[in-house]
Amino acid sequence: MSPAIPIALTVNGRSRTLDVAPHHTLLEVLRDDLALTGTKECCLVGECGACTVRLDGRIVDSCLVLAVEADGGEVTTIEGLAPEGGLTRLQGAFLDKGAVQCGFCIPGQVMAADDLLRRSPHPTVAEVEEGMAGNLCRCGCYAQITEAILAAAEEGGR
Amino acid sequence: MTGARVGASPRRVGGAERVTGGQRYVADIHIPGELHVKLVTLPVARARIGAIDTSAAERVPGVRLIVTAADLPQPVPRFGPQFEDRPVLAVGETKYHGEPVAAVAADTRDAAEEAAGLVRVEHEELPAVFTLAAALDPAAPLVQDPALRPGDPLAGTNVLRVHRVGWGDVDAAAADLVVERRYAFPIVTHFAIEPHACLAAPDGDGIAVWSTIQHPNWLQRILAKLLGLPLAKVRVHAPDPGGGFGGKQHAKYEPLVALMALRADRPVRLVLTLEETFQAVRRAAAEVTVRTGLRADGTLAFQDVAADYLIGAYADIADRVVGKGSYVGAGPYRMPAARIVARSVLSHTVPSTAFRGFGNPQVNWAVESNLDEAALALGIDRLEIRLRNLARKGEAFIPWDTPADGDWAEATRRAADRIGWGTPAAPGRGRGIAVGIKSGPTTGLSYSTVRLLADGSVIVFAGTSDMGQGARTVFAQVAGDELGAPLDAVTVVMGDTAVVPYDQQTSASRSTVLMGNSVLAACREVQAKVRAMAARVHGVDEAAITVEHGVVRLPGRELPIRDVVAAGLGRLGGEVVGNGEMRKDADPGHPLQGAPAFFEFNCTAIEAAVDEETGDVTIVRHVTVSDVGKAINPLQVRMQDEGAAIQGLGHTLMEHYIYDLRGRVRNLGAIDYRIPTSMDLPLELHSEAVENADGPGPYGSKGMSEGALLCVAPAVAAAVRDACGAVIRDLPLSPERVWRALRERDAARAGREDAR
Repeated sequence: MSPAIPIALTVNGRSRTLDVAPHHTLLEVLRDDLALTGTKECCLVGECGACTVRLDGRIVDSCLVLAVEADGGEVTTIEGLAPEGGLTRLQGAFLDKGAVQCGFCIPGQVMAADDLLRRSPHPTVAEVEEGMAGNLCRCGCYAQITEAILAAAEEGGR
Repeated sequence: MTGARVGASPRRVGGAERVTGGQRYVADIHIPGELHVKLVTLPVARARIGAIDTSAAERVPGVRLIVTAADLPQPVPRFGPQFEDRPVLAVGETKYHGEPVAAVAADTRDAAEEAAGLVRVEHEELPAVFTLAAALDPAAPLVQDPALRPGDPLAGTNVLRVHRVGWGDVDAAAADLVVERRYAFPIVTHFAIEPHACLAAPDGDGIAVWSTIQHPNWLQRILAKLLGLPLAKVRVHAPDPGGGFGGKQHAKYEPLVALMALRADRPVRLVLTLEETFQAVRRAAAEVTVRTGLRADGTLAFQDVAADYLIGAYADIADRVVGKGSYVGAGPYRMPAARIVARSVLSHTVPSTAFRGFGNPQVNWAVESNLDEAALALGIDRLEIRLRNLARKGEAFIPWDTPADGDWAEATRRAADRIGWGTPAAPGRGRGIAVGIKSGPTTGLSYSTVRLLADGSVIVFAGTSDMGQGARTVFAQVAGDELGAPLDAVTVVMGDTAVVPYDQQTSASRSTVLMGNSVLAACREVQAKVRAMAARVHGVDEAAITVEHGVVRLPGRELPIRDVVAAGLGRLGGEVVGNGEMRKDADPGHPLQGAPAFFEFNCTAIEAAVDEETGDVTIVRHVTVSDVGKAINPLQVRMQDEGAAIQGLGHTLMEHYIYDLRGRVRNLGAIDYRIPTSMDLPLELHSEAVENADGPGPYGSKGMSEGALLCVAPAVAAAVRDACGAVIRDLPLSPERVWRALRERDAARAGREDAR
């Protein structure tokens, strides 16, 4: 086993320093070392989007990013999106539009939708469907997710 | 009316946790001191297991326990919901690609993975069968040891069981036209975004297990028997699964993990990868031959169905899937004569199990497609032929069984209307329509407890698993409506066998009906107690008091329940407790051991466009209409209906396992096995519910989570044929397959030209 490597991350606004195995992904570090289990593990090949987080201003599949690559980076996970005890407009819209069934893909969906609205505050349906294509939902809530994103945009943004 | 309302669509109970990352799924739960398990598998399907050398694996730092079959109780325990045929670890030989032969537990996931890779298993690949044709060959190697089926005349074959149902005399039935075709349905998998996971920990003189299981009480029973423990010493925690779709109904690796926890005397966790999950659950493939007889006017004369289902190496619940799924194989039609023969055929493949639709989509694909063939041959409109034959409400369309329990023609006409049936489609587009039914639960037992607390808030204990269908919200709406509590003052407790009363299972779209009725009964008991309380407190004769929808009506005035309860309970506080029981006993004389509690009826209408250059199919419009009786939560009904429709599009357009010649699945995982994304949706998806309050559940509701999956494939294939003339009888309708069918169409047309 290779020796652990010290890294520093800012996670949801809080500075964290930790020693990570060189082969561990950002996903593993978030879930296992930092106990931020809102970020989900499914395909581990960057196809499902369940592990989507924000890293230095862009969203990434955290299963495809080595933790050491994120050294010095600023990470936002689903736990850091809304103020404690509250919901963002987008999160509320997900609930109002019925975009949440089992919920397992939802943290990734919300992170991706949040990023979409940052980049494109007033997206078209086609832009939403294309922008969200990297996040699988086996419950099949795609239409409702699109409605939620459009509703949040309409009401003033994410 | 003071509380939550039935018929409204409030935010999902438990929704805030799901959008903030606070929801704890099994893999999010950690127990101090836990060990991580990795399974050891072979890179082949069927192989004789020789010596297993664990010495190198044992030297990996952090490895605490390695088990092989030899380390388990002997003979190695076997388990299963229908047949006890699945060993805890492979015994003697592996029977499918991915079957574990050993397992490693270590302090870290890294150590467990490294050690698992170092376990050396001598093995010799053996002849095996992966297809129906190979498995049914008289010379085929047997999948199952005949000793597991003593006295069974089929034990010397790979046919596990044959299911026969029928009525009338098919062979004597007079028909002007007989259409016979064969249809194929591929192996597909559930692909819940949450991979299967379980944890087990010694718990005093018993064991505690956390599992992604849909049926915690069934798992408790399996583990108690296997471990020789009283039920009360097996505590199953079942946090809300991250998608189930049937794949998480029954035990898979929980017995192994439980035995390892007891042996290590430490908590043990196993979280499968998606690839391992593909090797744990899948839907049965099928080949279905349908012979449909009709009169010249399109009236059905008989239906003759022979369905072979390719199940896996162990039975799991697959044989029940075959029997129940094929049972309504004659369709929702008035049918003078029917003969349905369905076989469960074992093979050296991943054990197939329940999957939304439960064996019906395979047969419905064939039967509805064949009806279209007949309509074309007779020159009768495809909608008209269905309306002409659909059973009317109350009609005994299976002579001895639950009569048609909905206005199926209404649902069909609405779907046809919404797709614009009878109006011309744009050039290059075509339309298809199909109907389908699925039997609801044939037995059931759901207990519940409802506690009305001193401040009017309510706790519901219900053992259903909320895996996305929204059962928590439905039960909260029912209890809140009946007892006058707003939704945010209702808590629904599920998923802990030590706390929550027994529920048989979460399957067959049963929970709104069976557990819903149980919760309603518990509320009625609470209401009766409140009534007695009101009589005592106000000095009024009980007969003059009514309690409904959270309101106590006394002569001349109305009070909210909570006011009556606060006064009635007095200074010591307390609560009013009601218990519910909903029992649907087995009927040994019925072919399914019980008549379905309801039928799920759906009509799906499709408009599709086909790219003749690439074979790519675009669903222009997808209409699904389901008969739901009563939508307790209309938004959730729509979500279930659309979700089932999109899952149906998966097996219709893109999904299938690819096995190599040695029985290895070549497209494990998310890169090579595609499911619908936001880019694969119909351009328009329209879901509607027929609500005639004619179901057996609360307020006339029926189960409805599977119907919209039943008809997608036949409706899409019909639309493709209508659009371009390509005829396809094997799913999925992948671009390559459509493209080839277009070439065949062209060749056939050229042949006709040449013949002129």
